[in-house]
Amino acid sequence: MTAITLSGVKKRYLKNPVVHGVDVTIESGEFVVILGPSGCGKSTLLRMIAGLEDITEGTIAIGDTVVNKLEPRERGCAMVFQNYALYPHMSVAQNIGYALKVAGMPRAQRDAKVMSVAKSVGLDPYLTRKPGELSGGQRQRVAMARAMVREPKVFLFDEPFSNLDAKLRVAMRAEVRNLHRSLGVTSVFVTHDQTEAMTLADRLIIMNQGIVEQVGKPSEVYHRPASLFVADFIGSPAMNLIKGQFDAIGNFLHGRGGMLHLPGAASIAAGRDVTLGVRPEAVRRVEAGTRGAIAAVVDYIEELGAARLVYADTDGNRIVLVDERTDALGTGMPIHFTLGENDLHLFDNADGKRIEMRADHRVPSLLNA
Amino acid sequence: MERRAFYQNPVLPWLLLAPQLLLVLVFFYWPTSQALFWAFTLEQPWGGGNTWAGFNNFLYIFGDGRYWATVARSAFYAIAVSAISMCLALTLAMFVDRALKGTRMFQSVFVWPYAIAAPAAGVAFRFIFAPEAGLIGAVNEMWPGIWNPATNGFHALGMVIVCHAWLGIGYNFIFFLAALQMLPKSLSEAGAMDGARPYRRMLDIQLPLIAPTVFFLLIMNLISSFTDSFGLIDVMTEGGPINATEVMVYKLYVDGFKGLDYSGAAAQSIVLMLLVIALTFVQFRWVEKRVHYN
Repeated sequence: MTAITLSGVKKRYLKNPVVHGVDVTIESGEFVVILGPSGCGKSTLLRMIAGLEDITEGTIAIGDTVVNKLEPRERGCAMVFQNYALYPHMSVAQNIGYALKVAGMPRAQRDAKVMSVAKSVGLDPYLTRKPGELSGGQRQRVAMARAMVREPKVFLFDEPFSNLDAKLRVAMRAEVRNLHRSLGVTSVFVTHDQTEAMTLADRLIIMNQGIVEQVGKPSEVYHRPASLFVADFIGSPAMNLIKGQFDAIGNFLHGRGGMLHLPGAASIAAGRDVTLGVRPEAVRRVEAGTRGAIAAVVDYIEELGAARLVYADTDGNRIVLVDERTDALGTGMPIHFTLGENDLHLFDNADGKRIEMRADHRVPSLLNA
Repeated sequence: MERRAFYQNPVLPWLLLAPQLLLVLVFFYWPTSQALFWAFTLEQPWGGGNTWAGFNNFLYIFGDGRYWATVARSAFYAIAVSAISMCLALTLAMFVDRALKGTRMFQSVFVWPYAIAAPAAGVAFRFIFAPEAGLIGAVNEMWPGIWNPATNGFHALGMVIVCHAWLGIGYNFIFFLAALQMLPKSLSEAGAMDGARPYRRMLDIQLPLIAPTVFFLLIMNLISSFTDSFGLIDVMTEGGPINATEVMVYKLYVDGFKGLDYSGAAAQSIVLMLLVIALTFVQFRWVEKRVHYN
């Protein structure tokens, strides 16, 4: 079993910094997903673990060994590439068995091993075909089989599903999950698809512009985003983020004269520029006159089938809510909503970091002043 | 659907083609037809009248042991030149493709030899290989008489082969580098993850995938070795010592222009031409079919 320890890992291309110092420990047997928008340095980080990129600064250890100076072959990692990177001139069997051939394993033993791995991913009828004669999903399986056959200490996945159609992607997700459950090998998976990340990960590493924004379980990241970036990036539709200021007595002032009364937050946020976040699914639509109800005007509606997304304007700020009612609703109509006190997130505008509201900061009910 | 331009005026396309056609006719088909004619007749050394000879000119050269020795020497020359030139060019291209430091500079530097005229290179290499003073001649200081291309046929042939191979490196390098850079980088990385060292990756992954280019270059190099060696040999050895560097193209020059045997030389040039046509045919026939990747 193998843990991966990254300490102070930095990457610069010439003078351009792309990874600014990452400190993360990936536990042995854990499935970790690195999630971030394109260009955030997530693939670079993965490739540094693999040994395909030099590490400019800091150390990466796989198990107890610092691998900075080791060649990819000495690190015991197997990688599934984004475009699969199958050898086009080799058959499926040769593709899967290449690592064993390079390692000098005898022919008979190699063939048996290739056969058993191919069987486990359902490739045994295609062993003699060339990659060009396979479908996208089959190529994906060859790439996985090629990684599995080496019995690596670490699996690395670099956006492996980005070339598959949506349905196949869901199926492959389940397969990867099962694979990990049965082999229990430490896995690092890079993706920009948050659904993929949330469903696969034991833990998420969320990166933005070369910085780790948050490390945590999917539910933690969802329910307690550590920064504005994470709050905005995770969740679909995205979290409502409303910029404003707190006055001395805990009134949150926003937009054109909007005001929310959060007396409990006064002690931690008084006088600061903050952003208030609330997930669309936590915004509850209520009848006019309900205690704490906030008024808004509907901009437009997106019908999703099971529910609808209502985009509304409240005192000059956009608020999105998931509405399960089916009453007639149209542009320009007034609606009312309340915010659950446990669903509010506060972020400091200066550094984008979360402001933690302890239990005693929370008020039993929220009043719209 | 393919879009083709066409001309309403039936004369205009011919006018546009005329300059090129004229060049090809005057400088290629006319001399070729002349050579073909001479090959089947007996020409008088000083011109004026000829006799139909049928295949006698060919029968004569094919019955000549010295001609066959030249053919064998040419074959060895062509294979050696192509092998040395391509191997070195491939090695250089591999290094440049791995994006080592100074890659951009080497990309252009390695091509320079191709721009040097063969006789000029020949003169330069004569100095380099001169037994009395050249760079290689220094070995004679340690072991006197060990190197002398002026008297030793193997030395002379080796010297010309090295020079010809050197001239071809730039051309081969460009093609190899272009082919290597067409390959997705991730293939090589996948090879590295699978545990293969750079040399192993070259043999197992890169080389099979650039096979069409290798094949194309092999044919081009063979053709060039058969036909372009004249300038070098004329400047460096003049076919000597004792015919040790006399290849097909040089023998036909000597027989024709020195020996004034126009008919024999013409027959030899037809044989050489057929050889080149055969190689070109092989090239067109197979090179397209051996593309692995899409």
